[in-house]
Order: sequence, then structure tokens, then C-alpha cells
Amino acid sequence: MLTKRVIVCLDVRAGQVTKGVKFQGNIDLGDPVDFAARYDAQGADELVFYDITASAEKRGLFVDVVRRVAERIFIPFAVGGGIRSVENMREVLLAGAEKVSLNSPAVRDPALISAGARAFGSQCVVLGIDARRVDPTATIPSGYEVVIDGGRTPTGMDVVAWARQAEALGAGEICLNAIDTDGVRQGYELNITCRVAEAVRIPVIASGGGGRPEHLIDAVTKGKAEAALVASMVHYGDYTVADIKTAMAQSGVPIRH
Amino acid sequence: MQRGGGGLVPGTSLGRGSHTVLAMRVAIIDYEAGNLTSVQRALAHLGVQAEVTADPARVVAADRVIFPGVGAAASCMASLRGKGLDGALKAAVAAGRPTLGICLGLQLLFEHSEEDGGVPCLGLLPGRVVRFQRDDPAIKIPHMGWNPTTLTDPVLGRGLDQPVLYYVHSYHVVPGPGVEVIATCDHGGEFCSGVRRDNLVAVQFHPEKSGATGLKLLANFLA
Repeated sequence: MLTKRVIVCLDVRAGQVTKGVKFQGNIDLGDPVDFAARYDAQGADELVFYDITASAEKRGLFVDVVRRVAERIFIPFAVGGGIRSVENMREVLLAGAEKVSLNSPAVRDPALISAGARAFGSQCVVLGIDARRVDPTATIPSGYEVVIDGGRTPTGMDVVAWARQAEALGAGEICLNAIDTDGVRQGYELNITCRVAEAVRIPVIASGGGGRPEHLIDAVTKGKAEAALVASMVHYGDYTVADIKTAMAQSGVPIRH
Repeated sequence: MQRGGGGLVPGTSLGRGSHTVLAMRVAIIDYEAGNLTSVQRALAHLGVQAEVTADPARVVAADRVIFPGVGAAASCMASLRGKGLDGALKAAVAAGRPTLGICLGLQLLFEHSEEDGGVPCLGLLPGRVVRFQRDDPAIKIPHMGWNPTTLTDPVLGRGLDQPVLYYVHSYHVVPGPGVEVIATCDHGGEFCSGVRRDNLVAVQFHPEKSGATGLKLLANFLA
């Protein structure tokens, strides 16, 4: 049976891996290719690189990172950040990425999802959703609102409804990132992860809050996610991916050894 | 799992500087499907400079042919026919060239696919391509990720025991009579994930994205 995936997330700024807490303050950690090779060797099932470089002139630097990673590792990896057009998608897919992750631009222009799916297939298109907990209202019955621009802009959209819409538009996977728990390492938002996973037929990745192996076990059992994203807990050396997967296997979660 | 490195694959003689490998002409069929470069990069890591080509003559002249593919069946079939690559692929297979289909390159070998409202395919192998039908909503579609695979082909599977391989697809093949099933996998029920007929072998998983295990499998194909 299909194994549950551990996905390592690397934020890349000006060609360097960096990590922020709740979208504020970043520290540079090192060369993305070295990180990719290390996590591949530890047994990561997939990687995702987010380009958090603000300026357009650094874009070429990021595409070069994608190309260098693709020459060195032979597991799937996705790329997100700064993808606003089918041309942007083509550029990183040709550079060797397996998938692209769309977030804010897909909210502003949902047709981007269908255009990407038509051009490259649904399996290439991951919809990233940043979710923030709010009081439930008529328009946001789930109590989780879609926010964009790194959490700065509320959209008034319900997370579950947006996930369903994205699936209908052709997204092949959803990466659900809980803003409230991102970077604080106290566990994933299991409630909304489970509700989205039950609302769509496509795979859902839990993101934001992974701090201990038990959190990933919860994400793929109680949260019903197919995969969980980790960053801080492996970047700072507290755990290796192998440590996490050993714990998952011991609790009965099917994983790739 | 095994970890390769530096272009050498454990358990094979394949590696950089091997004369037999350098002399081998490997053609990757370019029909505007995605991820051609992934296969090429994986082969480069094995020390093989494969040629990505849309030239039917280059495909027919190659020692090994790889028919990869990620994309939609209808547009890929149209592209293959438009470039005359359908005939080149059939000629290479008929001439006995070891040929490897990957993912959509497996599916298009069959007679018909349900994708895109129904697409006539190459018909090199009897059988059809159907969408995953799974009643259990916990079984996600696309089937995306790493899945243990029973691989019985003595060539591709050499040195690999129950390999865990990377899949990403929403359709799977249902082979007709005379097609040997060489790989099976379970996703809410067993499905065929690899076939062989003589020199033609094709798989649903992506060896080029399956880490060291996948590299070993590609090396087995080239050996």
C-alpha cells in the first residue's frame, strides 16, 4: 500500500536556505543543494523549495538552484513562490522540478490552476493554502479563512470551499499550511487538515507546526493527510528524517524505509 | 534502501568510463511531454549521455529507446503522430531494440485510454487504460507517492527485492492476452504497474524519480 510521505520544506532566499518563524524574521542556513542531498540520504520522500526572494532579478538565481538540485538528487521535488503564470511553471518544470506549488496568485486568478493542469497535467499542480483560524461565519463556516501574501492579506474565503474549488479546477494535490501553528513546532492543525482531506479526493499535505515525530504520526492518522511537511525540526538538527520515519514505522504508519 | 553515488550503481558494472556504456546510443523520445530532462539527468548520473530527440530516424537508429512521459493522453498522442514518432517507436520495437516505456509511455502502448473522453493509442500491446475506480474515499487519486512494488522481471528487477517506487497517475493499464505482467502494486486494490513483451518493457512508476532504487532499475535496463 501507498506509504505516507515525509516532505522537507526549504525556504530559499537569494540562493540560500533560510527559515522564518510566523513569516517574520529569517536566518540563512546554507546551500540548497547540500540540504537536498542530505535529506535525500536521510530518506526524505520529497522536497519542496519555496522562493521567498522578493525581487525579480533574483529569480534566475532560484531557477539555477532548481537545476543544480535536479542534477544531484533523483527524488521528486516541488517548487513554489513567485509562480504567477504558465511560463513561470514551464521554467521550473524544465529546470527539473516535478511539481509547482501555487498559492496567492491562484487566489487572485483561479484560472491559473486550470491552465497549469491543462499544460502539464494535474499531477504537476499543487495548490498551497495558507489557513488562519477565525470565528465561523456564514461565508467561512469552517472557521478557517484563506489568507494570502504570506499571511498579510485576508481573502474572506473558506478554506474547505477553496480546496474543493481548486480540485474541480484541476489541482492534483493540496498543501494545507496552518499559519497559526507555522514555525512554532507544537503540532499540525489536525482539525482543518482532516476536514480538507475528507472534502477532496486529491492528496492533502499537512504543513505548519511539525516539531516532534508524534506530530507527523497525528497528521497522517487523525489528520488523514497523505504527507506531512517538516522544516525547523530537521533544519536545526533536532531530528533527522530517518528518526521521524522510524518513529512513524513503530506506530504502524506505512513508510518507505 | 540502497544509496548510489558518483555515477556508480552498486551491484552493476555500470559507471562512468565504461566503454560499453559510452558507445551505447540511448534515445529519449521527445514528444513534448513533461519530465524528459529528469530521465536524461538520471542517465547522466549513470554515466550515459542520452539524446532527447524528436527525430524519427534518430529513434530508429538508437541502441536503447526510452519512451517517457508525463501529461495528457490526447495531446501526447497527437504530438507523437504529428512528429512521425509513433511509426519510429513501432519500428524500433519491431527491430528488437530494448525499449522502456515510463508512466504515460506505458499507457500509450495500449489500444485505448479512457483519458480525455477516450483516446485511441498506439496499439503496440493489447489492452486498455482506465481511471482508478475506488469506492473508499480514503484512497486518494491521483495515486501519488512511494509504493512497494512486486517486480518479477529478471532484467529490470535484478538485485531489487520488493522495491518501493515513486508513482504519480490517475489511470492504470489493464493488459489483454499475451502481455506479461512484470510488476504489480496495491492502491485500494491490486493493479498492473509493469508489462513486458520481448524487448518492449514498460512501467507505471518513475525510476528517474525513485532515488537510488530507480537508478539501479535504469542501470539494469541499460546493462
